[in-house]
Amino acid sequence: MIDPADRSARLRAVAAARWKVAIVLTGAMIVLYFGFVLLIAFAKPLLGRLLAPGLSLGMVLGAGVIVCSWLLTWIYVRWANTRYDAKLRALDE
Amino acid sequence: MSSLTAQVPPATSIGEPNGVAMTFFFAFIAATLGITYWAARRTRTTEHFYAAGRTISPAQNGLALAGDYMSAASFLGIAGLVATTGFDGLIYSTGWLVGWPVVLFLVAEPLRNLGKYTFADVVAARLSQTPVRLAAALGTLSTVALYLIAQMVGAGSLIRLMFGLHYETAIVIVGAAMIAYVLFGGMLATTWVQIVKAGLLLSGAAILTVLVLSRFGMNPAALFAAAAQRYGDAVLAPGRLVAKPLDAISLGMALMFGTAGLPHILMRFYTVPDAKAARKSVFYATGLIGAFYLMTFVLGFGAMVLVGPDAIRQVEPGGNMAAPLLAEFLGGRAFLGFIAAVAFATILAVVAGLTLSGAAALSHDLWVSVVRRGRADTAEQLKVARVATMGLGILAVLLGITFKGQNVAFMVGLAFAIAASANFPALVLSMFWRGYTTAGAVTSMVVGTVSTLVLIWLSPTVQVDVLRHPTAWFPLKNPALVTIPLSFAVGIVASLIAARTHEAEAYGRMERQKHLGGAA
Repeated sequence: MIDPADRSARLRAVAAARWKVAIVLTGAMIVLYFGFVLLIAFAKPLLGRLLAPGLSLGMVLGAGVIVCSWLLTWIYVRWANTRYDAKLRALDE
Repeated sequence: MSSLTAQVPPATSIGEPNGVAMTFFFAFIAATLGITYWAARRTRTTEHFYAAGRTISPAQNGLALAGDYMSAASFLGIAGLVATTGFDGLIYSTGWLVGWPVVLFLVAEPLRNLGKYTFADVVAARLSQTPVRLAAALGTLSTVALYLIAQMVGAGSLIRLMFGLHYETAIVIVGAAMIAYVLFGGMLATTWVQIVKAGLLLSGAAILTVLVLSRFGMNPAALFAAAAQRYGDAVLAPGRLVAKPLDAISLGMALMFGTAGLPHILMRFYTVPDAKAARKSVFYATGLIGAFYLMTFVLGFGAMVLVGPDAIRQVEPGGNMAAPLLAEFLGGRAFLGFIAAVAFATILAVVAGLTLSGAAALSHDLWVSVVRRGRADTAEQLKVARVATMGLGILAVLLGITFKGQNVAFMVGLAFAIAASANFPALVLSMFWRGYTTAGAVTSMVVGTVSTLVLIWLSPTVQVDVLRHPTAWFPLKNPALVTIPLSFAVGIVASLIAARTHEAEAYGRMERQKHLGGAA
């Protein structure tokens, strides 16, 4: 039998870890997207600069925002499938 | 490729009856009604009707989420915007995706663990049922109604344009098919309609993308370079669309946080067995939707180079026919027919999902929880859910006919703004803040909904674009920049003023279920 106080402390630790990951990743998403929008608003010539024929910096960054959004979900799912799920299982032991 | 292509109006058969389109379209209707018949025999309880018996796999739900989210507006509208403005259209392609990671990080898993059928289940879990459900129904029904109007009017115009059918006939066909799916097949049929539609839309877009790229040595950069060569490097750079930074930020906030407050999207997380499946399904959905928006880069610039912006505007001033024209240019009338049928199927699937989530708010939140105080047996709940579906379906048809010819494009942005300002703050605060109270939840949802509606009415979107007044009282086109912080602020202040010890204690009991599940 686990002490109920210990169990609730462990649950609070899991909740805190989950909240921290969620906030950090949401923050990364906000910085990524609104950074892109602010560049569009205030650095139009910079985004228009061509990196190669047909590829402007703005288009590369736009595609980059899409790919990075997906990468962030991948990072979260990786974390949750390994660390978070393991901690949840440990709660019941 | 001669430079004349851009000046000469395209020899298009758009608007003429298209046998291939009709064949594909009726095949889609027949197949989805077949699915509905199959699903109807498996829809016996409310758990089946609202949540497909919680039997949907993560990959299936990923496709269904993508199907619910990718509307005809994103396919036709964004391709058209890119084809006529270049880079500026791509700003939308990225904006529509960025809400999905937020859904995953903040909402999907705790929502699945804490609720049964609607997001109001979660907000009301440790608060007073009646006031919270009433306020949540206001937010849900406003979002659903606005989204439905935009989809129905879009459906009518699109079908008239592509098939040559009457506007009203098109609306009635869409309404009748959608009512049949939801009424008889519930969530199981709706989910499979979404899956079929997502498969069709993604494969249609992929075939079109490959056909475009095959003309440019399979190199997207060569396509973009061809566009820049013909229309100048400016098409690859930000232009006039983002004239006011605050407008862009406000719309961005509505898209980023609104996705996590859309009732028909949130409802999908109850169709999977557990939180882990909900988590995986967002990962799949984000990948599919991201791939789709990346393809819009190629489709838009492909239409710009191969069809030409002027030719596209000649067929339809809004540019919405860019993708169908491109399909006709590359694959002839038959391929145009296929793409037209896909666009129709797309609208049909989205309105079915919307109607089901609206019916859940009416029957599960209002009738069963508020009027009957939770004391309704399965037969009664199912009956009320079906009556609500029928009512909403007929209302959608009437609204579609009422708003014929009106400029309703802003209503999707408005639906996202309400979802972001009313539903999202209440959901997040109820799940993550111990001190949240009934007073806080009700004020944040009511203030979020009402302030969004009032500010959009006073904004240039309605005053200038719709009512043709020279100026507007409120400067922003989308009010999310003001209404999201406002809704959070009033929710927090009202909770602090009227603190409730027993509601904070209930949060402690809820914490375990939030992570480990056990509600349904």
